[in-house]
Amino acid sequence: MSGSKRETVVSARDLTKRFDSVTAISSLSFAIDAGSTTAFLGGNGAGKTTTLSILLGLLLPTSGSVTIFGEDMLRHRYRVLPRMNFSSPYVDMPRRLTVRENLNVYANLYGVNRARERVQSVARDMEVVEFLDRPTGILSAGQKTRVALAKALLNEPDLLLLDEPTASLDPDTGDWVRGHLEAYKRRTGATIVLASHNMAEVERLADMVLMMKNGAIVDRGSPRELISRFGCDTLEQVFLDIARKRDSAARSAS
Amino acid sequence: MSREKDIHAPAALFSWRRLGAMILRHLYILRGSWPRVLELAYWPTMQMILWGFITKFFLGHSSWVAESAGVLISAVLLWDVLFRSNLGLSLSFIEEIWSRNLGSLFVSPLRPYELVASLTAMSAIRTLISVAPAAFLAMPLYDVWVFQLGPPLAAFFVNLLVMGWSVGLLVSALVLRFGMGAESLCWLGIFLVAPFSGIYYPIETLPTWLQPVALALPSSHVFEGMRAVLFEDTFRMDLFLNAAGLNVLYLAATTGFFLHMFRIARVKGLLLQQGE
Repeated sequence: MSGSKRETVVSARDLTKRFDSVTAISSLSFAIDAGSTTAFLGGNGAGKTTTLSILLGLLLPTSGSVTIFGEDMLRHRYRVLPRMNFSSPYVDMPRRLTVRENLNVYANLYGVNRARERVQSVARDMEVVEFLDRPTGILSAGQKTRVALAKALLNEPDLLLLDEPTASLDPDTGDWVRGHLEAYKRRTGATIVLASHNMAEVERLADMVLMMKNGAIVDRGSPRELISRFGCDTLEQVFLDIARKRDSAARSAS
Repeated sequence: MSREKDIHAPAALFSWRRLGAMILRHLYILRGSWPRVLELAYWPTMQMILWGFITKFFLGHSSWVAESAGVLISAVLLWDVLFRSNLGLSLSFIEEIWSRNLGSLFVSPLRPYELVASLTAMSAIRTLISVAPAAFLAMPLYDVWVFQLGPPLAAFFVNLLVMGWSVGLLVSALVLRFGMGAESLCWLGIFLVAPFSGIYYPIETLPTWLQPVALALPSSHVFEGMRAVLFEDTFRMDLFLNAAGLNVLYLAATTGFFLHMFRIARVKGLLLQQGE
């Protein structure tokens, strides 16, 4: 990353989310720079999706604050939602609607100008033109991912949040998605935040990695910094190192 | 494409375009499935045919029905307005849960009350599709012209439509909070008010201690008003105003309840968890 001071797009301070007696995330604080790609990396139950949901306003934190584009997300999220979008394998679009109908509905929800042209143009970019008039529910996982990404790019978001963007995709389609995200960021200067437990993906896309475990950020840095700091060859080894060391420390303590 | 920053302006407090988008989403479903449209009209039509024969029978055996041949069929059709209005709203909402669409909807600039407005619009559309064919068929089949109720019919229709929205919003809020286990309330919930609404009999038929319950329901005032038009040829403004006043109260309360449940769903993380 360059040494010049970049605008902070996302700022979270002391974010905690408890579900009854379960603490999903605890005192998370982080800042995300404009034009960067930041990845939340962690195993299942680490708190990645909870954190993304709070950033999107789908989930209210128990305590703490989130500021996006300078706006308090807990009070004024409608000021910034038009500049954001989201894709996740855990949400769908209506299955009986065709791809074109779904994209048209969302283009209108986001207030996109010349919605039909924009749908066509995004469909071309995402290579979904050939199944625009098919029901969304009958598409393969790879096709659905591309459609979900098309929906997420309809409003050309300044902040794109992705939850496991290549989950359940074959390596070829996964590579295509990652390439497209890189191209989108280069073209628009958008900020991308993703949650993943795909190490190769994070290593390729992310400028900054926030390593999560048991609802806390346990380490942070660029993939190269983390690999070097831990004396490893890959981010996957860093991840395993963190996970196992902490686990064995916990066992020793008990 | 050139970047269009104007679409990134803060979302307006209310947008007709977003409302239209949500209505369009449901119209796409109806347009894509003629069996669904036929299903909407099927039950009210069958009800009307059944009650048409019952009316024919009672015309010779009941002096009360003989005074106004349309009293049973009008009651059946107006009850269906209430039933379909409730179902039209709650099913349109549950459609979003079935398709795991709530998460995508609420990261868009769509506001919860815009969703509520779109649900009421879809309820009105579905109700008209349901009830209109039966109303028109009653004339050639039984010589009962429901529209003989005249302009008051519009007042009855609107009041029952709005009451259906209140029940539908209440049910939708419970489904949002408690999940698909509460789904059957969409079909069953409305029958809780049926015995007290005086659909086929005057409210005075109820035991005295139950009559206050009936009077607290907009529907009982509507059905009393319907009988006043059919038997006395009088439009009872007092009954209309009672029904309208109660509807305003209940719609405000259930909209507030839905928005409160929406907030609880955001606290409990239910917007991403809902689905089949």
